[in-house]
Amino acid sequence: MKEPIVRARDIRKSFGHLEVLKGISLDINAGEVACLLGPSGSGKSTFLRCMNHLEKIDGGQLWVQGERIGYRRSGNKLHELKEHETAKQRASIGMVFQQFNLFPHRTALENVIEGPTVVQRIPKEQAVEEGRQLLARVGLADKADHYPGQLSGGQQQRVAIARSLALKPSVMLFDEPTSALDPELVGEVLDVMRSLADSGMTMIVVTHEMGFAKEVGNVVHFMADGQLVESGDPHQVLEDPREPRTQAFLSKVLA
Amino acid sequence: MTLYTATEEEQNLSIVPARYRGRWVMAGVVVLGVALMAYGMVTNQRFQWGTVGEYLFAAPVLAGLGNTLMLTAVSMAIGIVLGIAVAVCRLSPNPILSSAAWAYSWFFRGTPLMVQLLFWFFMAALIPKLVLGVPFGPSFFEISTNTLISPFTAAILGLSLNEGAYMGEIVRSGIRAIPVGQTEAAKAMGMTRLQTMRRVILPQAMRVIIPPTGNETIGMLKYTSLVIVIGYSELLTSVSIIYSRTFQTIPLLIVAALWYLAVTAVLSVGQYYVERHFERGFTPMKAAKALPKTAANALSKSGLPPASSASLATVSGPAEELEKAK
Repeated sequence: MKEPIVRARDIRKSFGHLEVLKGISLDINAGEVACLLGPSGSGKSTFLRCMNHLEKIDGGQLWVQGERIGYRRSGNKLHELKEHETAKQRASIGMVFQQFNLFPHRTALENVIEGPTVVQRIPKEQAVEEGRQLLARVGLADKADHYPGQLSGGQQQRVAIARSLALKPSVMLFDEPTSALDPELVGEVLDVMRSLADSGMTMIVVTHEMGFAKEVGNVVHFMADGQLVESGDPHQVLEDPREPRTQAFLSKVLA
Repeated sequence: MTLYTATEEEQNLSIVPARYRGRWVMAGVVVLGVALMAYGMVTNQRFQWGTVGEYLFAAPVLAGLGNTLMLTAVSMAIGIVLGIAVAVCRLSPNPILSSAAWAYSWFFRGTPLMVQLLFWFFMAALIPKLVLGVPFGPSFFEISTNTLISPFTAAILGLSLNEGAYMGEIVRSGIRAIPVGQTEAAKAMGMTRLQTMRRVILPQAMRVIIPPTGNETIGMLKYTSLVIVIGYSELLTSVSIIYSRTFQTIPLLIVAALWYLAVTAVLSVGQYYVERHFERGFTPMKAAKALPKTAANALSKSGLPPASSASLATVSGPAEELEKAK
């Protein structure tokens, strides 16, 4: 069997006395679109942020592309990696944030080429050419020289997706990518994500968009209170959930 | 439901802006006051404008001005670099660095600048010679402190170390004004802490840092006059030497004041351009012509590129590329 792209085993995380992840184990395979669903406070965003070590895990083990994230094992000990080692791991894991987090002092194109030129040290001409292609791919070729402040929320999020793709990641993390958008702008971002999924990108999406999960997702993981409650085919989980906790959540959301 | 159509009469209603008569009254009062002051200054012989003109471009005054400008420029340059270092150390997760930076700020903000200047100048009394070598071991090189510390070096040391402490707080406030999401986005892209600071945080923090730094520079222009206590000569020292000889105190102080005002005016213009540079991206500049003020709002309502057709069509090509990239 092929090695899963993300392998999480018994991931635990606490903020102070509050335990937000109580032992999450799951696999995400190459090319899979995995949607993490659950009520707010269930720990799904925290779990996502553990995958590129934006949050340090307190227990358990996590591998992305077979590489242990944030730690090195020697004997019975896990040594935390130094900052530059973690930085290197992060460059191959794309991340898209709820609040876009584009760099406001740089144009759309400058945002996109920032990673390739600064982190990967690709020649600028090449980065610009690839950056323009990526902007075209998210439908924003004509906005290359606009600053984020001159773009709508949906456009900003599409630039943010292009910025992540510029580093040619092997997996993309989406942290509620449409939650900060006006309703009429959600569609354009989901369209880009759908086409990305069609291109074979491995995606892990924390979302409240049930429609997207059902249509584009290959698998849905439902989380509640820091635990993985139910995993499975999106249609099965969303239409015929087995667990009472999932049923309760869906009855509220879909009501 | 039928839409209401305005009558022709209603469509032709014109708008008259509110009129504020009080403003005209105030303007009159202000103009009158300024005219009175100007008249008084011109006709009052005791201002001795002739003497002011005589000394405004006198060689010792210009030499003093040159020293003032140099002290200001060098001390501010060192102060800003120190300030960035102090701020970065203060915000560092390393407890040694952050406490050291805190202690530095505490000491140099907590003691009078004049005392610091005197300390540097009389350092030879405390430490007669400076030695380069292995701590507690042999020395390779030594120099008498008095040779090293001239009035000029003491002035630069005193002013810049003091400025570094204040700039540290200014830079720190600028860094902290940047939302944490910016750091997270930079981290997620694989940037190191240094790259994040240099490429993402500081350029944005400059917007917050520049205005108080302008204050500091203008302040420094005048604080340099304190170096009179260690015998270094700058603008105010030069004029005071002249008026203690000629007793034309008022006109010579006016000479100094005019130069300070002139330099401050130039600095303010400079500050305007520096501010405008770092404002990049925060004001809709290029789009301002084409788009209404709230560009983002306007765009979001005009129902933008139908992502469906346009972006999906372009996807097929790069998609293969992505496959290759894997």
